[in-house]
Amino acid sequence: MFATVLFYLFAGVAIGGALGVVLAKSPVASLLMMVVSLGSVAGTFVLMEAHFLAAVQVIVYAGAIMVLFMFVIMLLNLGHDYEQDVKMGAFAVVSFAVVGVMAGMLATRFGGLEGDGPAAGAIAIDAALAEHGAVGAIGQTLFTDYVVPFEITGILLLVAIVGALALAKRNVA
Amino acid sequence: MDYQPISGIPALIAMSLKVTVIFTVVMLVVAYTTLAERRVSAWIQDRSGPNRVGPGGLLQPIADGIKNFLKEETLPATASRVFFVLAPMLTIVPALVTFAVIPIAAPLPTPWGVVDMIIADVPIGILYVLAVSSLGVYGLVLGGWASNNKYAFLGGLRASAQMVSYEVALGLSLVTVLMLTGSVTLTEMVWQQQQLDVWFALPLSLAFIFFLISAFAETNRLPFDMPESESELVTGYHTEYSSMKFSMYMIAEFGHMVTASALMATLFFGGWDLPGMWDDAFWYQGQLIKGFASDGSVLLAAPAVWKTLITFGAFALKTSIFLLIYIWVRWTLPRFRYDQVMALGWKVMLPVALAYVMVMAGTILSLDEVGLQWGFFYGMVLTAVSALCTLFFLLFIDRGHTIVGAAALERQKRTVHLPRRASAPTPPPAPVAAGQEAR
Repeated sequence: MFATVLFYLFAGVAIGGALGVVLAKSPVASLLMMVVSLGSVAGTFVLMEAHFLAAVQVIVYAGAIMVLFMFVIMLLNLGHDYEQDVKMGAFAVVSFAVVGVMAGMLATRFGGLEGDGPAAGAIAIDAALAEHGAVGAIGQTLFTDYVVPFEITGILLLVAIVGALALAKRNVA
Repeated sequence: MDYQPISGIPALIAMSLKVTVIFTVVMLVVAYTTLAERRVSAWIQDRSGPNRVGPGGLLQPIADGIKNFLKEETLPATASRVFFVLAPMLTIVPALVTFAVIPIAAPLPTPWGVVDMIIADVPIGILYVLAVSSLGVYGLVLGGWASNNKYAFLGGLRASAQMVSYEVALGLSLVTVLMLTGSVTLTEMVWQQQQLDVWFALPLSLAFIFFLISAFAETNRLPFDMPESESELVTGYHTEYSSMKFSMYMIAEFGHMVTASALMATLFFGGWDLPGMWDDAFWYQGQLIKGFASDGSVLLAAPAVWKTLITFGAFALKTSIFLLIYIWVRWTLPRFRYDQVMALGWKVMLPVALAYVMVMAGTILSLDEVGLQWGFFYGMVLTAVSALCTLFFLLFIDRGHTIVGAAALERQKRTVHLPRRASAPTPPPAPVAAGQEAR
C-alpha cells in the first residue's frame, strides 16, 4: 500500500521532471528538472529492490554527468539567443507522435497489474539478493554470464575516451 | 538468552527516536565545531579566541545563531531569485542525510528487542554515501551561478571541478576497503575490522591517506578551499549570501566535516569498535553473534547498555580526533594554487590509487589462494605490503624536498663551516640544496 503510494509519487515526479526538462525556459532549470527526474527514477529502482541500480543512477547520472552538463551550460552562459534555434511545429508533432506510439506499445505489452512474468522474476531476484547482497547479486551475473558484453562495453568507453582526447588535442598542436 | 531485532510499533518509535536524537546531536556537534575551530585557531596563533559568551565561550554558537537569524536578508537585484534561495537548501540536505548510514555504537538491548545504533542500514551502504555526497556540489555551483557575481561564479565553477575530480580518488581509495570486506554496508565493514583484529588504517594505509586527502578536497577545507579562497574570490560561491542563508552554507560545510570524520573513523578506525572481542556484535543469519569458534559454530554476543555507551564514546572520540585534524590542518597549511589542486588529483592520486588497487587486489587474491585465515596475521601481511606502498608514495611526492632535501642542506652547512686553507679559492656555496634542483 505504502509502496504503491510511493511508486505513484516517484513516477509522477519523474514524468513531471521530464516534462520540465523540455518546457523550462532557462537551461539551468531544465538541467535541475532532469536531475529531479533521474532521482525519481532512482526512487522507483529502490522500490523494486534494485538498490545498486538506484545508487549507480544517482552517482553516475545525477552526480557526475549532470554536473558536467551544468559546468558546460554555466561556462557558455547561454543567454536567450539560442531560442530561435529551437524549431517547433513539424518537429514537435513528429516527436510527440513517436513518443505516443512508443507509450502505446509499452502499455499493450506491459499494461495491467496482473502477469506471471514479474512474480517469477521477483522470486529469483530475492534469492540472489539473499545470497550475494545488493551489489554481489549484480556483480555475480555481470562477471559470469555477461562478462564478454561487459568487457566489450568497457573497450567501447575506452575508445570514446581516446577519441575525445584525440579531438581535443588536435586543436592545441 | 536469545536476542531478536526490534520489530513492530516499538521499532517505529525507536526509529523516530534515533532520527531525532542523531539529528540533534549532529547539529550540536556542528555548532560546537565552529566554536572549536575558533578556539583552536586562537590557540595555534597564540590568541585567546572567543571566550566572553558563557563560561569559556561555551555559549558562543548560540550567540552566533541568534545573530544570523536577526541579520538582514539580502537578495542581489540581478540574482535569479528561485535558484538563489534553492541553492543553500540543496547544500545543507546532502551534508546532513549522509549520517543515516553510519553505525554509531554497539546494538542496544531493550525489553522489546535489540536496537541497531544506525538510522538506516541500507544494503548499499557506502554507495549511498557516494551518491548523496555527489549531489552536494549542486548547491555550491547553483549558489555561485545564481548570485550573478563574478567571484561567486568562479567559486562555483571551482567547486564543481574540484569535487568531480576528487570523487574519483575518493572512490578508488574506497575500492580497496570494498575488496577487503567484500561488502558495501558500513555495519559489515565495522564487523570485518573487529574480526581482523586490526583496524583498516594499517592494512590499507595508503587508501586511508588518499581518503583523508580527498575528504579534505570534498569538504572544501583548507588546503583545498579553492571555491572560497578569501584572498582571491572574496568568499567564493557564498559571497552574496547573508544571514541564515549564509549560515546554512556554514552548517553544510561543518556538517560535511562531521560526516567525513565519522566516515574516516568508521572505514579505517573500526567505527565504534574497541580493541578486544567483548564488544563485537553482528547480525549473522538472524543471530547476534560476536565471532566464530574454531569449529565454525557461532559465538553469541551479549549486548548491554554499558557496552553501547562505551562504544558510542569510542566512536565520538575517534570522530572528534578527525575534526581536530581538520581544524589543525586548516590553521597550519597554506592554500594550494588551483592548477596544483587539479594536478594532484588527476596526475598523482588517480594513477597511484589505481596502482595501489592493483597491488592490494593481487595481495588479497594470493593470500586467499594460499588459504590464510582471516585474522591478525592476514592483517599484518597486508599492513607490510601497504607500508611499502605508502613509503614509496611518500618518497615520490616528496620529490627530495623534505627528506633528502634536509640532509643535503645539512651537508651544505657543514662544507661552509669547515676550516679552509688560505690558498684554496673559496668554493661558492651551492645556491640550492641538491634535492631541490629537480623542482
